[in-house]
Amino acid sequence: MSEKIIIKGLNFYYSNKKQALINVNIPIKEKVVTALIGPSGCGKTTFLRCLNRMHDLYPGNRYEGEIILDGENILEKGLDLIKLRSKVGMVFQKPTPFPMSIHDNIAFGLKLMGIRNRGEINGRVEKALKDSAIFEETKDRLHESALSLSGGQQQRLCIARAVAVEPEVILMDEPCSALDPVATAKIEDLMTDLKQNYTVVIVTHNMQQAARVSEYTGFFMMGEVVEFDITEKIFTAPSNKLTEDYITGRFG
Amino acid sequence: MTREAYHKALNEVQDELQAMASMVAAAIKNSMEALKSRDIEASKLVVKNDIYVNKKRFDIEEKCIRLIATQQPMAVDLRTLAAIINVITDLERIGDHAEGIAKISLAIGDGPLVKPLIDMPVMVDKALSMLKRCMQAFMDRDAETAKKICDEDDEVDAFYDAIYNELVLLMVENPKIIKDATYLIWAAHNIERIADRVTNIAERVVYMVTGKMEEMNVSKY
Repeated sequence: MSEKIIIKGLNFYYSNKKQALINVNIPIKEKVVTALIGPSGCGKTTFLRCLNRMHDLYPGNRYEGEIILDGENILEKGLDLIKLRSKVGMVFQKPTPFPMSIHDNIAFGLKLMGIRNRGEINGRVEKALKDSAIFEETKDRLHESALSLSGGQQQRLCIARAVAVEPEVILMDEPCSALDPVATAKIEDLMTDLKQNYTVVIVTHNMQQAARVSEYTGFFMMGEVVEFDITEKIFTAPSNKLTEDYITGRFG
Repeated sequence: MTREAYHKALNEVQDELQAMASMVAAAIKNSMEALKSRDIEASKLVVKNDIYVNKKRFDIEEKCIRLIATQQPMAVDLRTLAAIINVITDLERIGDHAEGIAKISLAIGDGPLVKPLIDMPVMVDKALSMLKRCMQAFMDRDAETAKKICDEDDEVDAFYDAIYNELVLLMVENPKIIKDATYLIWAAHNIERIADRVTNIAERVVYMVTGKMEEMNVSKY
């Protein structure tokens, strides 16, 4: 299993000079799920947002170190961020469907990429919906508003939208925290399918979810990676006392 | 997110485990004293009391399963519960060995033994000491002590060899005692198995502390 992303000595500072990440060094393996856990404010979401440079949307934020994606440091100045974000897609905590039809939600990104051929767009919309396990539920209502879908369906639609532009990495920031257990189970199953083709990085507050879906887990605390290891090891016999105390509920 | 009620329940299960170990230790001690002193009533009591050991085992197992189902324990907590579920099985079997010794005493009846018991009570003390220290190592999360206890199983095996050889010699000299002498070999074998079970418990202590499953001492028998 090769490394899709290698993070070396990553420090991150918000515009208010607060250092949110301190010397992060971890690998993200290709075509597996990597879960990031840790108490609120530990830096896991900040870290996730570094991986497609979402922080660049706000001025004054600053990165140090290297994030090497397929051999290229994505923190280099002058990097094409649109290209980066089409390669590294993101799904957010709350479903964020656009106020347009189910079909157009997915076609939106494709059109941005310059695809004009309607046949190709339709084909890719269908494939993305199928890959995200929501095609069966939506195939007869593709031109209805995406806002008419349930929360769980909306989230799978957002995953479909991310998948449609054929990224290589999918970042998920607590994708199930606004969903009920049934919808959560569907997304978790979907993650298992997605990792056949994509590298998935997920931030979650639900440790059982991390244990269920991921192959690797990183435990963050106060901006640092306390422990990064095979998920099974983290949840049965972590090496670090802090990790153990956190996952057994002795602090946090 | 500190989970006080959960950790309190986890501690209570461990207290119950220690209580079960004490019940089993008492059964071993009483079964040997009854055999030695030919106290039939005391042997009957050991047999009768074994149901309380069995009941305790199911109580603890249920509590462990409930904690797993409701609290989703992880890491050291999960290892502790997994260890307890294994340890109670070994303790329950140790209780059965004590009951076995009591039943041998009943089978021998109220007549005298073919020889006075000298080595066997010492062998029981050794096995009991291993059990008690092993349960202490469980509470202290002391993997090193648990490992050392496993090595002591060889001493118990040596006792068994000595008792076996002595009784076989007696049987050769006097075939009339074969039946009762064989009973005593069985009693010694029960004690030997108790020590083996203690090494199983020690393995679980090591697993609970380190997360590693290791075979500690392969018994001769």
